[in-house]
Amino acid sequence: MGRGEGLGGLQHNFLTGNLEAAVKWARRNSMWPATFGLACCAIEMMATGASHFDLSRFGMEVFRASPRQADLMIVAGRVSQKMAPVLRQVYDQMVEPKWVLSMGVCASSGGMFNNYALVQGIDQVVPVDVYAPGCPPNPQTLLHSILTLHELVRTGQILRRPGTGAGIRVDEQGGGERVPVHVATPR
Amino acid sequence: MADVELRHGVPETRALGQVVLHPPRGAYRDVVAGLRQEGFTMCVDVTAVDYLTHPGRSGLPPGVAPERFEVVVTLLSFERRERLRLRVQVPEHDPVLDSLYDLHPSSEAPEREVFDMFGVAFEGHPDLTRILMPEDWEGHPLRKDYSVGRIPVQFKAAGAPR
Amino acid sequence: MTSTERVYPGAITSEGAQELAARGASTAAELLREQGSVLRLSEVAAAEQADRAGPEDETMIINMGPQHPSTHGVLRVMLELEGETVLRTKPIMGYLHTGMEKTGEDLTYLQGATNVTRMDYASPFFNELVFSLATEALLEVDIPPRATWIRMLMCELNRISSHFLFLATNGMDLGAISMILYGWRERDMVLQFFEKTTGLRMNHNYVRPGGVAVDLPDGWRDDVLRLLDALPSRLEEYDDLMTGQPIWRGRTQGIGLLTPEEAVALGATGPILRSTGVPWDLRRDLPYLAYDQVDFNVVVGSYGDVFDRYAIRLNEIRESIDIVRQIVDRMPGGDYRVQDRKITPPPRARIDESMEALIHHFKIFTEGFRVPEGEVYVAVESPRGELGCYLVSDGSGKPYRLHIRGPSFYNLQTLPHMMRGGLIPDAVAVISSVDPIMGEVDR
Ligand code: SF4
Repeated sequence: MGRGEGLGGLQHNFLTGNLEAAVKWARRNSMWPATFGLACCAIEMMATGASHFDLSRFGMEVFRASPRQADLMIVAGRVSQKMAPVLRQVYDQMVEPKWVLSMGVCASSGGMFNNYALVQGIDQVVPVDVYAPGCPPNPQTLLHSILTLHELVRTGQILRRPGTGAGIRVDEQGGGERVPVHVATPR
Repeated sequence: MADVELRHGVPETRALGQVVLHPPRGAYRDVVAGLRQEGFTMCVDVTAVDYLTHPGRSGLPPGVAPERFEVVVTLLSFERRERLRLRVQVPEHDPVLDSLYDLHPSSEAPEREVFDMFGVAFEGHPDLTRILMPEDWEGHPLRKDYSVGRIPVQFKAAGAPR
Repeated sequence: MTSTERVYPGAITSEGAQELAARGASTAAELLREQGSVLRLSEVAAAEQADRAGPEDETMIINMGPQHPSTHGVLRVMLELEGETVLRTKPIMGYLHTGMEKTGEDLTYLQGATNVTRMDYASPFFNELVFSLATEALLEVDIPPRATWIRMLMCELNRISSHFLFLATNGMDLGAISMILYGWRERDMVLQFFEKTTGLRMNHNYVRPGGVAVDLPDGWRDDVLRLLDALPSRLEEYDDLMTGQPIWRGRTQGIGLLTPEEAVALGATGPILRSTGVPWDLRRDLPYLAYDQVDFNVVVGSYGDVFDRYAIRLNEIRESIDIVRQIVDRMPGGDYRVQDRKITPPPRARIDESMEALIHHFKIFTEGFRVPEGEVYVAVESPRGELGCYLVSDGSGKPYRLHIRGPSFYNLQTLPHMMRGGLIPDAVAVISSVDPIMGEVDR
């Protein structure tokens, strides 16, 4: 930088912006989903990823089999009492920041199966960011809910208080004293 | 019991054109073995019904006393292109039945399912554990005295089950 | 192992080589018990031992699933390994247990189809069909010919879409990733027709007791014919991509062998049974609907390996295309549901005019209709095998007991026997070739 010339002395073009926006932009545009296909909805989730609907338009075609490489869990289908611990474990294995999309009425509320076998809504087990309605939600609905989630990521905070769902959880769950997180615009 | 046909020594009836045998609990395994010799080589299905709230069921020939549980087995013969069904009465106080595993290994998983869902045990089964529910689950969900387990949903105004 | 060096476990026993005795006296059942391919270990004990070498450091038990990309949903397989060789296996299910049979006792017969269609979600029409056929058998009503043929049309198209799903996932599991793009492309073409007809891509609730929900849409014939014209050339692409390809053959031929005796003893049906050379197809052997009036071939394999099961499904698509052509030619006119005031809601137009029709409509949809006492077992040939429905009625408006015999539930029992002695990658190929749909396994 030439002395005394201010910004005018710079050789290259550059953009200014705040870091937060850049982080959010990056997160939004490279969200890798973890496969958590359970039932009928999983078939529609695969259809969304496949040729006709082409999820890769949103930078999301890389379905990761390992939760450690993913930042969005699409819970597609009905979660049984037997599956619930597994769901929680997979969620815990994902690294922050992480989001959960509940696909289909079964995952969201138990759907038409209000009985002994199903967890009546996965929000009893993991925090959910977006609920996609439908039985099954067709690929358009899923795409819409994914875009909704993108919008949440874009407009949300990069740090979030624990327990409110998505975002970075700073404290460990249940362990020790909770560290208050300072956020500029609390919701 | 003059009007009831016997096959392998057990009464045979027809329900909507389908052949049904009603072996007593003790003879059940031998009947299946005999039928296997006859060509019914595949055990297609093993299931059960809990007749707790519908004791006066239909289709039982005279001489067969209804019990709470009924194990229903469907056999298939490829050569004769026929199906055949067995209905075995299993009492509530002693819900045990011989396993078909030696004759038809295909009965392994469905017998576990019947055990899981109805609490009917199968003697001679190699691995009688729960199959669908978690291992520490209590109760047998498909019994009629096991409730559906409906949890109330707030927005539902109607009290009656959908 | 090339596919010609086929080993029959049934051929050598402790008493020496045996002739195959009379059908009923076959020793397959005893042999299966001796073979020890099934891991008899409870789930809890397995979890404790999992991922840990055994006491002699020879074998080790690992868990595959329930959250694993190649187990088709939520199947969990426990494998006992020696090095990379699979010794014993145990499939563990129940992770998708939805209590549908219990819920089915709580829904009227008209609502029942909504419930069962969610069991085998790759071929929903078949579930609705078998439930409807069972209900109709209890009611002793005959449905009009057009309804029968519409059901056949939808079922055969569904068989096509289900087998495309198999081809896509099977290809993906074995590393032919492009297959998932091709398979879904074709499947979506079929689903578009379903969506046009039923309003939904899956879980249609279209086949109902008494007929079907609505008539075929205008222009259905052109839609179907356009579909049928497009598919054969696509299938040839598959042949190029997979059937003749050496890598594909190397991964599939001679892998996961099953003998006919084992398949029968284990209750396997559908493509798995046919791959061993048993020509058994309920459409031909115990015809239902109007399958005795159409011409088709039953595709059988000869080796009972993964390749045979792939080839059978591929060629069943071709047969189904043939069947659909015949159906399109011969679709009769008339009513698409039985006109029986007891079980059929009145037509929409009459509801606007007549109070009585409105009450009738209301009653059917709130209370349902009563079905005479009785019990019945009905089976159809779904893409995965014999799909059965055992229905007990106590004379009320809801089934007393609804049991669905899911073919995958039984087909999964063949896994340990097919995997024994293979490698872990072969295990993936075997699971994929069974094409289990966990929804109907766990119900
Ligand atoms: S919401 Fe519907 S489609 Fe999705 S899993 Fe549940 S029943 Fe299946």
